[in-house]
Amino acid sequence: MGAVLSVRGASLAFGDRTLWHDLDLTVESGEFLAVIGPNGTGKTSLLKAILGQQELTSGTVEVAGGAANVGYIPQQKMLAASVRARDLVGFGVSGTRWGFPLPRRGDRQRVDELLAAVGATAFADEPVSVLSGGEQQRLRVGQAIAGDPSLLLCDEPLLSLDLAHQRGVSELIDAQRTTGAGVVFVTHDVNPILNMVDRVLYLAGGTFRIGTPDEVLRSDVLSEMYGTPVDVFRAHDRIVVVGAPDDHGDHH
Amino acid sequence: MDLFSEIFNFSDYGELLYLVRNSIFAGAVLGIVGGLIGTFVVSRDLAFAVHGISELSFAGASAALLIGANVVAGSLVGSLIAALLIGALGARARERNSIIAVLMPFGLGLGILFLALYKGRSANKFGLLTGQIVSVDDPQLGYLLVVSIVVIIALLLIWRPLTFASIDADVARAKGLPIGAISIGFMLLLGLAVAVSIQVVGALLVLSLLVTPAAAAMRVTASPVLTPVLSVAFAVASVVGGILLALGSSLPISPYVTTISFLIYVVCRIVGRRRTSRRIGSLA
Repeated sequence: MGAVLSVRGASLAFGDRTLWHDLDLTVESGEFLAVIGPNGTGKTSLLKAILGQQELTSGTVEVAGGAANVGYIPQQKMLAASVRARDLVGFGVSGTRWGFPLPRRGDRQRVDELLAAVGATAFADEPVSVLSGGEQQRLRVGQAIAGDPSLLLCDEPLLSLDLAHQRGVSELIDAQRTTGAGVVFVTHDVNPILNMVDRVLYLAGGTFRIGTPDEVLRSDVLSEMYGTPVDVFRAHDRIVVVGAPDDHGDHH
Repeated sequence: MDLFSEIFNFSDYGELLYLVRNSIFAGAVLGIVGGLIGTFVVSRDLAFAVHGISELSFAGASAALLIGANVVAGSLVGSLIAALLIGALGARARERNSIIAVLMPFGLGLGILFLALYKGRSANKFGLLTGQIVSVDDPQLGYLLVVSIVVIIALLLIWRPLTFASIDADVARAKGLPIGAISIGFMLLLGLAVAVSIQVVGALLVLSLLVTPAAAAMRVTASPVLTPVLSVAFAVASVVGGILLALGSSLPISPYVTTISFLIYVVCRIVGRRRTSRRIGSLA
């Protein structure tokens, strides 16, 4: 066990607009961190900074084992070209391999294992374009875990899925923690993953709070962050935020 | 029957076949190039770029014709300039399309200017637009083969990352693949492929070799192995079939190539629709 991600003194500003500053964040092996907050607060920029695609204004990001050790799960979207389910997962296994595309021993077996691990064997040979959003996101999990990553970065992976698929896919991501992977999960709605989350990074109003959901998702904390009265209600394992200036995404 | 014998005429066929054996060989190699690169042209949504590159390639070829330089070399220069401009300026699809639309008439206009100034054989002029492989001489065939082989080998070497980047760019970038470099590298290969294809089917009909066979293959399969294999088979069948049919006639080969390639596409669409409706039926 140990830290799979350390962010030290990180700041990000575009022009004179500071999204966040002096951000210190450590994600331990097996930990589930949710990154939440309204649109435009730099959630996706933080993911890009971790991936090395976004330069920080100041501070450092360190991923244990480097970029090769990161699995990335994007939000569901239609692919332009037609590929089969197994080929999408196959990108995770051999998609970054240069040289003549000769099949390597064990590649196909590895893809079959991954398909089985995410419950996608039944539609392995179907074109991705005929699959449901939930089925596509299962493949995304299989693709992301192909290299046994120590850190899983998830960018709104549940967006546009129905409730049953939200549960299925988030449980699949949660299950990866048993192998020691840390999870950073960007979402506008924390409810589908509330019972999995260890800690929350809440971004709003140019500031941030890190802590357990109970420590952060409280009326007094969010009111202070937004600078306006905000009420947080908890009911039946769901959290509803009322009065936040931006759409908070709890209206599903 | 006069018209028919003008379109199809197989007298002295064996003798003719012997005379054009080099062209048939070159046509087959160009078919492999077109079939392979076409699968990426379709998955990267670059059909319009192919057309744009081909018009600048035409301008380069006609400039070469005018000053008495090597036509294949002129065609290559025009292609590569166009491919680099489109690749560098048009990273996003919408920008790319308007840049192509700006370049294309400019290239075609330049080409027409050079041809108007050219005082040589008019068959040469027409050939650049509509294809002329049978009249390509041996040294030029050599050029075509070398360029084609370079394109084929380079494509195979970058095959997997190129496929990943073409179909699933966001994740490929997250996995650390150099998306921008892959994109420019592909445009250069595409420029080379367009320049050599123009020698067979002409600037106006390049899409029939670089897009139609791949689009047809994708109607009937989603397999990453079967798609390029079928695409190459369709492209080779179109070029070689076109040359063989055109042999006895006095017509250029391009209408034969484009017609075969189009018919293959139509058949694949019909077969593909049956396949899709069966799957949807079985899922229901």
